[in-house]
Amino acid sequence: MEKILEVKDLAVSFKTFFGEVEAVRGISFEVGKKETVAIVGESGCGKSVTANSIMQLLPMPPAFFKNGEILFNGENLLSKSEKEMQNIRGNHIAMIFQDPMTSLNPTMKVGKQIVEGLIKHHGLKHHDAKKKAIEMLDLVAVPQPEKRIEQYPHEFSGGMRQRVMIALAMISDPQLLIADEPTTALDVTVQAQILDLMKSLQERLDMSIILITHDLGVVADTSDKVVVMYAGQIVEQGLTDEIFKETAHPYTQKLLASVPRLDMNRDEALLSIEGTPPDLYIPPKGCAFYDRCDKAMKICKDNMPGFTEHSATHASRCWLNHPMAKTNEGSGI
Amino acid sequence: MSKYLLKRLFMSLVTIWAVITITFALMHSVPGDPFRSESKMPPAVYENLLSQYGLDKPVPQQYVIYLGNLLQGDLGASMKSRVETVNDMVERGFPVSAQLGAQALLIAIVFGPALGSLAALYQNKFPDYLSMVIAIIGISVPSFIMGTVLIQFVARNVAYFPIGGWGTWQHTLLPSFALALMPLATMARLMRSSMLEVLNQDYIKTAKSKGIRKSAVILKHAVRNAILPVISILGTTISNLLVGSFVIEKIFGIPGLGRFFVQSISNRDYTLIMGTTIFYAIILVAMLFIVDIAYMLIDPRIKLAKEGR
Amino acid sequence: MKADLDFRPEMFEVADKTDLNVDKIRRPSIKFWPDVWRRLKMNKLAMLGLTLIIAMIVMAFIGVKLSGYTYFEQNLKLRNTHPNMEFWFGTDELGRDMFTRVWYGARYSLAIGVIAAFIDFVIGITYGGIAGISSRRVDAIMMRVAEVIYSIPYLLIVILLSVVLTQEGGGSSMFVLILAMSLTGWVPMAILVRGQVLQLKESEYSLASESLGATKSWILKKHIFPNTLGPILVNVTLTIPRAIFAEATLGFLGLGLQAPMSSLGTLANDGLAGLAVGNAYQIIIPAIFISLIMFSFNVLGDGLRDALDPRLRK
Ligand SMILES: Nc1ncnc2c1ncn2[C@@H]1O[C@H](COP(=O)(O)OP(=O)(O)O)[C@@H](O)[C@H]1O
Ligand SMILES: [Mg+2]
Repeated sequence: MEKILEVKDLAVSFKTFFGEVEAVRGISFEVGKKETVAIVGESGCGKSVTANSIMQLLPMPPAFFKNGEILFNGENLLSKSEKEMQNIRGNHIAMIFQDPMTSLNPTMKVGKQIVEGLIKHHGLKHHDAKKKAIEMLDLVAVPQPEKRIEQYPHEFSGGMRQRVMIALAMISDPQLLIADEPTTALDVTVQAQILDLMKSLQERLDMSIILITHDLGVVADTSDKVVVMYAGQIVEQGLTDEIFKETAHPYTQKLLASVPRLDMNRDEALLSIEGTPPDLYIPPKGCAFYDRCDKAMKICKDNMPGFTEHSATHASRCWLNHPMAKTNEGSGI
Repeated sequence: MSKYLLKRLFMSLVTIWAVITITFALMHSVPGDPFRSESKMPPAVYENLLSQYGLDKPVPQQYVIYLGNLLQGDLGASMKSRVETVNDMVERGFPVSAQLGAQALLIAIVFGPALGSLAALYQNKFPDYLSMVIAIIGISVPSFIMGTVLIQFVARNVAYFPIGGWGTWQHTLLPSFALALMPLATMARLMRSSMLEVLNQDYIKTAKSKGIRKSAVILKHAVRNAILPVISILGTTISNLLVGSFVIEKIFGIPGLGRFFVQSISNRDYTLIMGTTIFYAIILVAMLFIVDIAYMLIDPRIKLAKEGR
Repeated sequence: MKADLDFRPEMFEVADKTDLNVDKIRRPSIKFWPDVWRRLKMNKLAMLGLTLIIAMIVMAFIGVKLSGYTYFEQNLKLRNTHPNMEFWFGTDELGRDMFTRVWYGARYSLAIGVIAAFIDFVIGITYGGIAGISSRRVDAIMMRVAEVIYSIPYLLIVILLSVVLTQEGGGSSMFVLILAMSLTGWVPMAILVRGQVLQLKESEYSLASESLGATKSWILKKHIFPNTLGPILVNVTLTIPRAIFAEATLGFLGLGLQAPMSSLGTLANDGLAGLAVGNAYQIIIPAIFISLIMFSFNVLGDGLRDALDPRLRK
């Protein structure tokens, strides 16, 4: 499959008062054309930092790139100038954010916010821009778009605002859409609608999606591949089927066990994994999941496991994959 | 929206009424009456003066009469200057004071937010330090000191600037600047912190993710939101400018209303004090009202929030 | 996998996690107020302000005794003496020692600032607190009243009151000045306190609904208390220079403290006459001290606000 994005050995840190916080610690993954890749993990695992690294929206300082490259259509984004990035953002790569209540400018009319990027990238005239804005709102199924473009964000509900954000992101037919927890702040019913919308737009526009979420339930029927992140690292990645059916890493197993059912609220589901991810200020020497892992072995504490490939597409980072561990499997629980 | 405006208008009228009543009560609580001190006055003349100013009537009646006069735009008579009424003095002094105040406000509004934005955009770099030095001087040095310093070190040495008085454009520069410095500094500080906050907001990230130029992100998205708190203190700023003008007019010898007011204080010209205070209060409350409307026009959220109730 | 590792079967035994919390490296956890103090200490400007404030308070007590002259003692032979070894800040037009008078004035200016801020604080807390815990209607009415009072121009009322309460030709007493300033000065504090009380009420409800029991007091101590106290402290720190400024302005307009008492504002007013006849030091010296006081309290207040800002806390 044709690759559109390749992240190689990416490491990102923040300089803080206490010292360096290693938010992302050497991750590699690929996104193919028209593919949807889900990045999952609890909050604080470095998902947003990864997404913002691709868009280069991290505040620098305190953030800085320690290592790695991000290849978009074969070109390294990390070596691009701000001017060149401006031409890519919103044009070839678009992004939508977690909280639709805060991600639109409260003092600017919605229509103007949607077409602003287009005017910059394609030099649209005012009249055409307005027509395009109406068209886009129609595309994301916002009723009465002619009226809506003249309104301000506070006149929209959360779900409607997220639709506006999607319209805004879709405006120049991007090749890649990064959605950073696009449904976390929304009601369950609205959640499904937004995901459906993204899915149908993807088919229509032939784009790739990076879907960031801390909810594996969302992933099952939307994504082709899953990347599981923990404490700034990738602990397992593979095709969605592989992740769900041949789960290799204990952390992924726990995430799967905590997929919310309809009768629980989302926060409850998250709490169901005991403990919290480690602080990335001085990250652990060994496996970062050691503290919370039911199957932890002596070796895990001070030795970082490498990746084991289970198939051409499926790999995980766990000492249980080691041949000598086989005998113990199951006994540790 | 019109409902909100009506409510605001009503509150403004209540405020003005409160000021009138407080002022009236205060001025009538002064022991004795204004003519006592000019003793050795023949009793007949004294009685005559009292009735001429309506002071022989009971206080509640005086209050009603005074309110009635105010409604007709009559701010009353001066007790010391028997030729000029308060209205005459307002007519003579207010245009001068208004020009001084408007120029100072303009200087503050143009340069304050600009300095504050620069400081925020170049946080902890040279422009930040420079504008914060200006801001710190501005809040630390009261206008009467700034005025004195300007006269002593600028006007006395640079022939272009007259030392005092009023009349030409040159006359207005130093006093406007002295008067503007403190509000300018306040606005710069406020703008800096609100800009820093806005720059961290999600919608700024959204704007950046559209790939629009950095200058467009700052001007169209950041400044427009960051300036809201600055607008909300405009009322207080105007109020401070007004009191500042008393001081500045005194130092620079400017024949404005503030100077009459200060003189009326040292002369204990109670009716003049009362009339001028009330005039000032009306101007200020009107300004507050206008500022409120301006705020509403800039922040679309206000309309709905206030209307919804 | 790492090549240099020598795998032995015992490495793959179930881990013993009893020592888990012992040797874990954590970001140093820091208590609230020490943390605020730490961050305040990093702010050099705020520390300069704090140092100056302490120095000026000390001098306001002992400075008046250092030169051996009193603030009211006139020596007409030594009128308008420029600063020298005997009179460090010179003398005024009546031959009074400026050094003593400046520190005496600083004492009054500081006292007026602190007392006015304290009264604003007391009234503000009471009024705001009552509004906050009252029913919505009472709260709304109280806030409307406060709004009206606040939109009455503050210094105008101060001027009126000092006109009314003082004798013709004389200045005001400290009591009158403080009363006048407190009349409208308490409103910002009241609005602030009310907001905090409402927030507190809300969080108490949410806490109760979660029925967390023991952790409730912890949350109260850990979050709500500092979050409430912080803005109030900042407000008080910034009220002091406002009151001092108001007093200085009044003094300059001839409505300040009654002679021979002096504040920095009345000293500046007296010095204005000296300016025209070449005795600029008579206004410049009090001006410097007024500016220093304003500077110190403002930068300290700003520093406190930054140090208390939860968003900057990391
Ligand atoms: N501006 C910042 N300064 C310091 N640390 C940060 C900053 N932004 C993120 N981090 C750190 O990076 C880590 C990953 O954060 P993030 O990518 O936002 O997690 P999530 O997976 O929930 O999106 C967190 O541990 C956080 O502490
Ligand atoms: Mg995130």
